[in-house]
Amino acid sequence: MEPAVSPSQTPQVAMNRISVAFGGVHAVENVSIDLQAGEVVGLVGGNGAGKSTLMRVLSGAHPADSGEILLDGKPVTISNPRDAKAYGIETIYQTLALADNIDAAGNMFLGRELRSRTGALDDAAMESATRQVMGRLNPRFKNFKVPVKSLSGGQRQSVAIARAIHFNARILIMDEPTAALGPAETTQVRELVIQLKAEGIGIFLISHDIHDVFDLADRIAVMATGKLVGVVDRHAVSKDDVLGMIILGKMPGEITETEVATVLH
Amino acid sequence: MSNAASTVPGPSTEVRPSSARGFFHALGLDTRILGMVAALAIIWVGFQLMSGLTGPTHDPLNGTFLTAQNLYNLSQQTVTVAIMATGMVLIIVSRNIDLSIGSILGLTGYVMAMIQAVWIPKTLGLGFDQPYTWLVALVIGVALGALIGAVQGFLVSYGGIPAFIVTLGGLLVWRGIVFEINQGQTISPLDKNFLLLGGGPTASMGELGSWVFGILACIGIVYSMVATRRRQREYGFNVRPMWATALLIVAGCAVVLGFVAIMVAYPWPPGLATEYAKQNGIIEPPGGLQIATGIAYPVVILIGVTLAMTYLTTRRRFGRYVFAIGGNPEAAELGGINVRRTLMMTFVLIGGLAGLAGAVQAARLQAAVTSLGTQAELDVIAAAVIGGTSFSGGIGTIPGAVLGALVMQSLRSGMLLLRVDSPIQDIVVGIVLVAAIGFDSYVRRRSGR
Repeated sequence: MEPAVSPSQTPQVAMNRISVAFGGVHAVENVSIDLQAGEVVGLVGGNGAGKSTLMRVLSGAHPADSGEILLDGKPVTISNPRDAKAYGIETIYQTLALADNIDAAGNMFLGRELRSRTGALDDAAMESATRQVMGRLNPRFKNFKVPVKSLSGGQRQSVAIARAIHFNARILIMDEPTAALGPAETTQVRELVIQLKAEGIGIFLISHDIHDVFDLADRIAVMATGKLVGVVDRHAVSKDDVLGMIILGKMPGEITETEVATVLH
Repeated sequence: MSNAASTVPGPSTEVRPSSARGFFHALGLDTRILGMVAALAIIWVGFQLMSGLTGPTHDPLNGTFLTAQNLYNLSQQTVTVAIMATGMVLIIVSRNIDLSIGSILGLTGYVMAMIQAVWIPKTLGLGFDQPYTWLVALVIGVALGALIGAVQGFLVSYGGIPAFIVTLGGLLVWRGIVFEINQGQTISPLDKNFLLLGGGPTASMGELGSWVFGILACIGIVYSMVATRRRQREYGFNVRPMWATALLIVAGCAVVLGFVAIMVAYPWPPGLATEYAKQNGIIEPPGGLQIATGIAYPVVILIGVTLAMTYLTTRRRFGRYVFAIGGNPEAAELGGINVRRTLMMTFVLIGGLAGLAGAVQAARLQAAVTSLGTQAELDVIAAAVIGGTSFSGGIGTIPGAVLGALVMQSLRSGMLLLRVDSPIQDIVVGIVLVAAIGFDSYVRRRSGR
């Protein structure tokens, strides 16, 4: 898969010199990363590398201490999830961020409820829309009236994904989208990523699974201890190269033979 | 069960075997509510039999609990606790607590009494029983309650102080202010229009009014059922079977009209009827003048509050957000909900409801005393929780809480009828509360799998 667009084009998203600290700990330190329309950028790194925190900045869940965000070349301020959604940035959180006591439609439209002329919730319209999205995403999904608490992991995941794609996202952040899924559902999510990419949606894909990232991403950004190790073209590196970047925190060219030996044995 | 063909993939509802569960599922009723109705029936029949056995005739069939008079009193006594319990549902659903409502009730009730008995007639020199007095007092009282709620809600949601602490402080502060306003004196008499909020034979709807009210309520039930059905059909899913809709309409109307019939069957006390006859120049027939009492005005207020709060909870964004916050505060925040403002509004709401309850309570006593509403918070919390509101957040219904208040009040009223001492009453209510919640969490754990 070639990158869908030429790199010279203005990136859809550019996060420049982003830093986030929790107390004295630098969760994200001076990281710059960009994303083209219709491109999938895989974000990998060990636990605590800062991938999720970096993406939470973009989705408005956590403010950056410093740095700037450009969308289509224009600086923007994203100070809460509502701002991000207004810019067409949708997020599938690792925790799914579902209200367990509410049904699928209620969760899908949470914060963006459809309302009738009197301002009352239009539950029937929301359920109807949810049924349509689910029909496309997960045709076996049938439990529309029950709280999502009583759904299986895969079904809950489909609700979270449906929520992200229903509102015409331009930019999608997927944080471990297949972590809770079985093989069949994982394949479904992969096909979805390819389909969305073809529709011109830019996707940040956070994953522990290096195979996922290699199959789906155009470029791979590696983070370690809050810093960006580097961004590499998927075709220019091997899986071992990326593993080396994750573990040693260095670009492939900087790694010595002995270091490789320690990693591989 | 029958289903309309759905226009989107997937059958709308799976076909269930014709079992009791399938039956209730088709009705679309909360089984918890049905359980509470059953519990209430057991309590009522139990007290009826026991009051007969311990009565003068020692005949279990000659009880005094299920009489028009007792049920009329029960309906009135339930009002203040039930009004506040509807607000407590939202507080507990969003994982907070409000311990101050008894004191808010006390302060607002006292201030409303001061307005009509002292400040308007004496301080401003406008005289007693002005036509506007009751409304001015009521509006200021409810607004004061909402303002107090806003202060507490602000401290909880923006100040980050636990609700337990803020409202525990409020419990002391607002009660203390009551004593400071007028040296703790009892305030009376109250405005004659204001007293209509409190109920009693002279503040009820009478025979004609009650039947008109009942029939309007039945029309409302039919209309809402039909409208719901039409909407469901429009989208082609989850249409309740026709027989279920019909059954619900019949059952709902039967409850309403049965209630009206009982309230109308309670005549004015003879002394009051005689006095009324004298004042209006009516010659009393032999056996005394029979005037039907009908539904008490405060009960009408409660019905209005229940409907409004149910609508707010289930049909408005605000209610949806309160439940989302209770289910998963982080998800609510990430969904773009203004969590802090929503939480603050729940306190504003319960404060205003406590103000309304304060008006009803003061009007019922025909005076304001410093102890007005003392310990009401405990009954209210118990009513909400017995009514199915879960302390782990995210679960609860308004009608459930009103039923919970009725259960609580039935227990107290029944024990009073059996002349059970007040300490023993407290012991029983305490045990029932813990047992009800224990049973509930047991059921929840089993069905949670």
